[in-house]
Amino acid sequence: MQGLYAIFKKELRDHFTSYRFVILFALIAMVSFISSYMAGIHMRENLEGMSGVKFPFLLLFSSTGALFSMIQFVSFFGPLIGLVLGFDSINRERAHGTLIKLVSQPIYRDAVINGKFLAGVVTISIMLISIVLVISGFGLALVGVVPGIEEIWRIIVYLILSIFYISLWLGVSILFSIFFKGIATSALASVALWIFLSFFVSLGADVLANTIVPIGNANETTPEDVIKNYRIKETTARFSPMVLYSEATATIIDPMQKTTRTSDLINLRMNPMEEMLSSRFENPLTLGQSLLVVFPHTTALIAITLICFAISYMVFMVQEIRT
Amino acid sequence: MDNQTIIKTSNLSRRYNGQTAVDDLNFEVKEGEIFGFLGPNGAGKTTTLLMLLGLSQPSSGSAVVCGMDPIRQSKEVKRLIGYLPENVGFYGDLNAVQSLEYVANLNGLKGEVVARKTDNLLDLVGLKQDAKKKVAAFSRGMKQRLGIAEVLIKDPKVLFLDEPTLGLDPDGALRIIDLIESLNKDQGITVVLSSHDLHQVQRISHRVGIMINGKLVAEGSIDSLAKEKFGVGEKEYSLEEIYMKYFREG
Repeated sequence: MQGLYAIFKKELRDHFTSYRFVILFALIAMVSFISSYMAGIHMRENLEGMSGVKFPFLLLFSSTGALFSMIQFVSFFGPLIGLVLGFDSINRERAHGTLIKLVSQPIYRDAVINGKFLAGVVTISIMLISIVLVISGFGLALVGVVPGIEEIWRIIVYLILSIFYISLWLGVSILFSIFFKGIATSALASVALWIFLSFFVSLGADVLANTIVPIGNANETTPEDVIKNYRIKETTARFSPMVLYSEATATIIDPMQKTTRTSDLINLRMNPMEEMLSSRFENPLTLGQSLLVVFPHTTALIAITLICFAISYMVFMVQEIRT
Repeated sequence: MDNQTIIKTSNLSRRYNGQTAVDDLNFEVKEGEIFGFLGPNGAGKTTTLLMLLGLSQPSSGSAVVCGMDPIRQSKEVKRLIGYLPENVGFYGDLNAVQSLEYVANLNGLKGEVVARKTDNLLDLVGLKQDAKKKVAAFSRGMKQRLGIAEVLIKDPKVLFLDEPTLGLDPDGALRIIDLIESLNKDQGITVVLSSHDLHQVQRISHRVGIMINGKLVAEGSIDSLAKEKFGVGEKEYSLEEIYMKYFREG
């Protein structure tokens, strides 16, 4: 334990004093701030004259004011935080000849990797929590709405999910820093994987679905085809952690969302009259129900994070360290 | 001198994908001695040291270090052995005191003890004036001395020094060698010293071992090795001549 704590402390200190952390934090804080500000401005206009708006506070995070919402932004660029914090964690020590010094101290070898991972997770948590708190405070002043108990709980669940999501990428980058001896190589590899999983998988899902079940011609496609096409697209896209995370957080932050599916498929089965009726009597889900809806997503995200860390752990434990 | 064996290997071997780095190694280091561990680059000296520390798994054979098995009791062994690797690295953005404190924390030392030890050790290795200087600005000799201070902070029984004088100017090398000798004399620390600086090794070592191509070809006092090879004692032949003779025949 002594070794773990010493390494944890040193890593945390390194994170908070490094320029890359300061730059990244400034960037993320700025963008989140702006997107929430935009959301706040638009909210005033949109909510004017409306009555019975449920959970206005959460709109601060979820409404796409100008270009994107705060939660969309985190799902797109949050992984960068994880990658930047971890991509050189092991191979930098190796290159500088400090890794052999670390492991020749009376500590268990896993203390090195555990300490580094923990320090990263704590850094990520502090970053996210402070951003969300600042936005909340800002929202209080700007919009003048006070969050209810349920809204606070939803924000907490959102934070936990986000910490796991970003830690997943931290785990990936630490894994690459163990695999690749070159610091630049591991940085490039982790960014490449991030781009692939976050952007190309969703594109590929479209292509795959349309190849297997083409739905181009409106006359020949049956509703069954459309559903099949959608199912393939959905399943493939969920290989991307970003899709998993976005679907999960969108459902958590927006209680009106009853499923993680996008609305066009649901609308397909209703005629306009039904749709109008259903929206009139629409009520928000309770937090428990929302959690239940995203339970598979949450489990998958946490599982991927743990698997990633477990692989790094195993590789590092059996690796020969000479320098 | 106390004659108890502190390190003993029996048929210690290490093979890397078909190549044998360390081949059936049998040698002993006695408590309180300076053991000169010699051999050409790539002879397997570092691999042997890593196996004795429990950082590398032997392919076969075993070792006993301070009465313990370095594989099973790696943590306990590492508590007693200070290992200064060849080309030891430092965190450039820390100063000398912070570097020492970090190593002290890794060894489970806390609070006032750390400050006192850090102070004493910097004094011992002659880095007191540079205590607040960033390690990145240190010369090679200063880094080596800081490295020695770092391995001493755990109060080791045995020191493994892998090429501590490599690339140092004559004055810097001499300071390191004198430091090693005084540590051995004043504190009774056993030292395993791997070095190519044969002249200095001859000056301070009690016994030497010569390793060539993974095999230990000679072990004993310099005097006995000289007698074995040339028939006369150490007075007539330097360690360099003895070493070259073993090397050519090896």
